[in-house]
Amino acid sequence: MTESADDQVLSRDDVAHVARLAMLELTDQEIDLFTVQLGDVLETANAMNALDLGDIEPFHHPLGLTNVTRPDEVRPSLDREEVLSQAPAVEDDRFRVPPALGEE
Amino acid sequence: MTHAQPAAFGTAHSIAAAVRSGERTAASVVDEHLARIDAAEGEVNAYNHVMAAEARAAAADLDVRIAAGEDVGPLAGVPVTLKDNMCTRGVPTTCSSKILEGWHPPYSATVVDRLAAAGAIAVGKANLDEFAMGSSTENSAFGPTRNPHNLGTVPGGSSGGSAAAVAAGFSPLSLGSDTGGSIRQPASFCGLVGVKPTYGAVSRYGLIAFGSSLDQIGPFATDVADAALSYEVIAGHDERDSTSVAQPALAVSSKLDAGVEGLRVGIISEMVGGSIEGLAPDVLARTTAAADALVAAGATVDECSIPTSIHGIAAYYMVAPAEASSNLARFDGVRYGLREDGNNTAAMNTASRTAGFGDEVKRRIMLGTYALSAGYRDAYYGKAQQVRAKMAEEFASVYERFDVLLTPTAPSTAFAFGAKADPMAMYLNDVYTIPSNLVGHPAISVPFGAGDDGMPIGVQVLAPLMGEVVMFQVAAELERAAGGAA
Amino acid sequence: MSDASTGVSASGMAPVVMIDRGPDIHEPSIPDDWELVCGLEVHVELSTATKLFCGCANAFGAEPNTNVCPTCLGLPGSLPVINEKAVTDAMRLGRALNCTVQPAVMARKNYFYPDMPKDFQTSQYDKPTNENGWLDLPDGTRINVERAHIEEDTGKSTHVGGDGRISSAEYSLIDYNRAGVPLLEIVSRPDIRTAEEAKAYVSELRGIVLALGVSDARMEEGSMRVDANISVRPRGTDELRLRCEVKNINSISSLGRAIQHEANRHIDLYLTGDRPIQETRHWDEEAGRTRSGRSKEDAEDYRYFPEPDLVPLEPSAEELQAIDESMPQLPAAIRSELMTAAEIGVEDAGLLVDRGDAVFALEAIGAGADGSRVAVHLINNLADGVGALTPASFAELVAMETGGDLSSTQTKEVLAEMAGTGGSAKDIAAAKGFEAMDTGELDGLIDGLIADHADEWSRFCGDDEGDAKKMAGFFTGQIMKATRGQADGKVVAQLLNARKG
Repeated sequence: MTESADDQVLSRDDVAHVARLAMLELTDQEIDLFTVQLGDVLETANAMNALDLGDIEPFHHPLGLTNVTRPDEVRPSLDREEVLSQAPAVEDDRFRVPPALGEE
Repeated sequence: MTHAQPAAFGTAHSIAAAVRSGERTAASVVDEHLARIDAAEGEVNAYNHVMAAEARAAAADLDVRIAAGEDVGPLAGVPVTLKDNMCTRGVPTTCSSKILEGWHPPYSATVVDRLAAAGAIAVGKANLDEFAMGSSTENSAFGPTRNPHNLGTVPGGSSGGSAAAVAAGFSPLSLGSDTGGSIRQPASFCGLVGVKPTYGAVSRYGLIAFGSSLDQIGPFATDVADAALSYEVIAGHDERDSTSVAQPALAVSSKLDAGVEGLRVGIISEMVGGSIEGLAPDVLARTTAAADALVAAGATVDECSIPTSIHGIAAYYMVAPAEASSNLARFDGVRYGLREDGNNTAAMNTASRTAGFGDEVKRRIMLGTYALSAGYRDAYYGKAQQVRAKMAEEFASVYERFDVLLTPTAPSTAFAFGAKADPMAMYLNDVYTIPSNLVGHPAISVPFGAGDDGMPIGVQVLAPLMGEVVMFQVAAELERAAGGAA
Repeated sequence: MSDASTGVSASGMAPVVMIDRGPDIHEPSIPDDWELVCGLEVHVELSTATKLFCGCANAFGAEPNTNVCPTCLGLPGSLPVINEKAVTDAMRLGRALNCTVQPAVMARKNYFYPDMPKDFQTSQYDKPTNENGWLDLPDGTRINVERAHIEEDTGKSTHVGGDGRISSAEYSLIDYNRAGVPLLEIVSRPDIRTAEEAKAYVSELRGIVLALGVSDARMEEGSMRVDANISVRPRGTDELRLRCEVKNINSISSLGRAIQHEANRHIDLYLTGDRPIQETRHWDEEAGRTRSGRSKEDAEDYRYFPEPDLVPLEPSAEELQAIDESMPQLPAAIRSELMTAAEIGVEDAGLLVDRGDAVFALEAIGAGADGSRVAVHLINNLADGVGALTPASFAELVAMETGGDLSSTQTKEVLAEMAGTGGSAKDIAAAKGFEAMDTGELDGLIDGLIADHADEWSRFCGDDEGDAKKMAGFFTGQIMKATRGQADGKVVAQLLNARKG
């Protein structure tokens, strides 16, 4: 738990860090707002700490399905033109993106 | 004024029977509904996209096949509305988000194919809270949908467009998706039957994921029989969904007339007592009346307890956003959807996501990212997954003594636009519906009268895993009782 | 070594040839007072017919973006269904690596990467299919295997503009054909102490993968990729210092160079009072050095959680038993069989296994051929592969050689033709006019040579061993010249020695 000086569940720095992880750019006002709003939800979530859950196994599929596999058999792929027609930018039948390491 | 005209041109059953017998043509049925859409859609705003041309072409094709003596299926000629988070090949699919505006999927969802194979005709893609995140359909990038019963109130959400379309008579059936109540709550607000099937009963293939371990597709209908019929069409194993239950659709229509004599109905005490704030007296009164009606029909009713249910919202608002944060990572401007310029890939990704997602989606992505992040995952996501397991144990033990459980569907009737501006207040709307999603059980909302404001109120029947048959059986009894009372 | 006929010593334990496993390591070796601590992460692309989670073809070299579907493109609404063969292959490798093969859960590893269509990788995290195994190197050194898990591959970017390197590219183009191809990631414990051990580990692992038939494991095509986690420590301590992960290593010989280089880089930093930072670095083959992988180092937070779109994998006891019963012979077992059958050392046996010739050799020996001759020919004369040769035809040829029907030179010539075009040893030898010379003819020749070269003959019979050996070479050479190479060297030596005495 990050307990900042004013006893918030999470800090503006936490929010800014999470925004970077999620690849979202937030304005200062949005960071302020989210700090309060997300803090409210986390406070509700902290109530779960009162439950004695011991070493109960986390939830999986409700019906306990296991070993759902498919045979190793080739199925038709999509039409390339249809796929590429939806892309923002295409060159040489490939998806075009800005350089991985361009100027910041 | 009201725009509510449910089953304006007949129920799905009656339409299918008439089209199959040649009494009505699919083309005429489709035209009637498209005309109704033309007349009222401007005010209701149920659709992101009306599939007029596609629907007319499909109807014409169906009529040719019927004339040739072909059996075109149990939903012959029945117009259906699809929530706009279900992929439709070549037809725009947006999730009511700017980030997917203009996307034409190269494939269709399993449910879309199954409806078509049963003779149903898709007439439009319905509005929703962006990426199904919300309980009012106010979070759509393309404007809110209005409740046909009162245009000043929300239709509920996130499947608000699908609910409004059926309530307004645009189609007798629609499909929604339910992650925390997104079918049942709008069904309650719009006076419809809404079904959240057992997790895995209906294929999620082609449903754009919100919370993958919680999402289920289900129908909206004007009566229980139509809901049952459409359930039987869309349910059943799909090899393209690994979480799909390996058995055919349950025959849920089979016991609609069986009554409830001897059935044991539980009332979850945590959900009708004082521990949950905000339960409106008129909603509580209708829930009590529903219990009384079941007793009158020969069922026994008793209280039971699901202690963890009071933590349902907490667990849900960790798990669903966590899964969503991962599911929505792919919207990065590379392969489809919105792209905003950036000097490098990461800058382009960030600019596209920042411009493309609305506030509520950002909020939940942030929340989920935090709940999974280093140092917090065990306390939030991990804890929530344990709460789900614990809740499942509690339900299992309750179902040793009860056949079904009865609760309100939503704490109130449809509220006014802007009434729940604070996210936490909006989240609390899901308190009765969330437990079924957390444990994967089926649930149905059935209209049971009206509130003090004259707006519809639904009650919810919960059933154990794959317990849809008894769930529909009890829902049918409530429908008869509500009709008798009206 | 040039003359194959003398390559195998009587004990059979000296190597036939100096094994060339790539260029020598030019990097200076690590100073004696430092010790390498290295763990390897090896990715092996499975050669299944389809991808891990969809029915798209798993094929190398197809037209860009033709083997793609909603699932491997990560289109909204798509779902994965896991390939049963990939799961079985993973468990087979796990058993071959002595791992505990256990119930497993697929998990999402979340990070943004344009080559990765969902912006998460479906992998395994805290419940991998295989855990806690080991791999013994041919010299007996045991390297522990932490885990061998299933995950999916990414697409491929081509960087355009600038000098073609990622750092200077103007833009990138992405092909998703490889996205979703099944991978096994085999993670060793940091038990590797020398660059040679690292190379031997990868070579042995590759041999196991090939024996199982789960991958073609070609480093140059990227179907086997090796990342090395490298740190150093003063010898005699057991501390674990900061490590760097070195990627982009394209061959087993580069692996050795990259490890030496990176270890020395660390040592230099420590010796100058500095220290390395924990980071990912890329091996630059041309420059022979590693480079820092990223311009800015944001701490990675993968936010793993169980993949909700897939259900747990729980192998049954029957499945595991079936895997064990159908386990092929692995390189270590083949090596040891070969060492006995061909009377060769572990290195030569290892070379034959690495080349994929071991089974062929054992079959030829099984068909009656002399083991050491089989090994000599395979190693020296069939380095480019056995071609059209079959174990039976090969055995026939070797029998003619050891029976004295063909000289070693003739045998080589016949062998080359058999490998190229097939055919039987007898037919080819006859067509070439190779017939064993009878010893009477050779006796006459030797008589003549002794008469003509009395001086040389007495030196051959003298006590100076070195000189005698030289003269043996002289007489043999004369006889070969006179017979145009048709005489059998061994027979000639016998005849010369007999006259001596």
